[in-house]
Amino acid sequence: MSVVLVDSGVANLFSVVTALRRLGVEPVVADDPGAIRHASRVILPGVGTARTAMDALNRKGLTDVLRGLTQPLLGICLGMQLLFERSTEGGDTPCLGIIPGTVEKLRTQPGFAIPHMGWDEVKVKASAHPLLDGVKDGSFVYFVHSFAAKENPAALAVCDYSETFTAIAGYKNAFGCQFHPERSGAIGQRILENFLGL
Amino acid sequence: MLAKRIIPCLDVKDGRVVKGVQFRDHEDMGEIVELAERYRDEGADELTFYDITASCDGRRVDKDWVARVAEVLDIPFCVAGGIRTTDDARAILANGADKISINSPALADPSLIDAMAKEFGVQCTVIGIDSQRQDGDFVVYRNTGREETTRKTERRTLDWAREVERRGAGEIVLNCMNEDGMRRGYDIAQLRAVKEAVSIPLIASGGAGTCEHFADLFLHANVNGALAASVFHRRILTVEKVKNFLKNRGVTVRS
Repeated sequence: MSVVLVDSGVANLFSVVTALRRLGVEPVVADDPGAIRHASRVILPGVGTARTAMDALNRKGLTDVLRGLTQPLLGICLGMQLLFERSTEGGDTPCLGIIPGTVEKLRTQPGFAIPHMGWDEVKVKASAHPLLDGVKDGSFVYFVHSFAAKENPAALAVCDYSETFTAIAGYKNAFGCQFHPERSGAIGQRILENFLGL
Repeated sequence: MLAKRIIPCLDVKDGRVVKGVQFRDHEDMGEIVELAERYRDEGADELTFYDITASCDGRRVDKDWVARVAEVLDIPFCVAGGIRTTDDARAILANGADKISINSPALADPSLIDAMAKEFGVQCTVIGIDSQRQDGDFVVYRNTGREETTRKTERRTLDWAREVERRGAGEIVLNCMNEDGMRRGYDIAQLRAVKEAVSIPLIASGGAGTCEHFADLFLHANVNGALAASVFHRRILTVEKVKNFLKNRGVTVRS
């Protein structure tokens, strides 16, 4: 299986690479449209802001490449947020629009520090979905983020923090984890494994 | 609900894991990757690697072991010790670390906190504070890796905690030096005072000896995580045992 990690130039890919290696897959880190189009699985990691990441994808001419994919695509953290239509981060940032919905800053509320950082529970909405095979309701995964997509029809799992947001999204061939599966212990590993098996 | 984090801390010196008592007399505890794997398997929520010699020797932590640790860990980890510039931090993050913790260099140049937060985000920017009780107040110390370099600063702990938050720190690790390695419990009063002074997550360090100490900490100081070294390295407690105990006491932990 050929797995490509999209190199937007702003994300640290090392931990995702090592997580895939633990699953016996040697991913290719690439920003070349041809390599991305021909991969059997594409992963879009992301750290930083929606604006800098979208600027990087635009500069590299990758936005239409990602929109045109039909093979399974997984966005991680900011990479998931980029799959939606827009983000309010950096004013109003147009994103890839692969999954319907918008990304907004998590509601501020006393007692709920932003960024939402640490191990939190996911509520599984679509337990029969193959991406969630073996993922129990109430599993803890590792989050680090200030923005998120609201709960929407694409939500396969949600998380309750200062508000309910989409923790795992699935829409056609596109999937997203707001948390870091590569840093979420055995559960995270299972989700990555499930993604490779879709 | 966010889980309270149990964070084994591995003090690294010359490429080995060591542990001292009140920051002195370091004993060898074992190989870095081996201990990292053991804590991962026991259910640690995060690991901190602290190169205790780096700030005193004026050198950066060796990046090679950071990558070796990143290869085996499926939980987040933080690297501390001698990181003086955003270039230092970038190199360590590129080797797979999730967070960078700075202590003495932030005291020497507080604008480093602003620069780190701006470039890598607040979630990467952890500030370690070594603090001692003194005449009814709490005072910040620097360069505590070795007894002969340890110096008291002019800063009050509560003021410094507020300042690092204002400058963009995403988390504070408070090392209560009076309790370090003593295994007679965390300094609840000091931790509660700092927790009330800031709104960013606070990680307690120094003093863990029994499961009850961890429960006291979470039930009475409401901190976000507990760092501990000697109780875990000496196998007095396991992470799993601590978490089971906390769960029974009604503390939310990842199981």
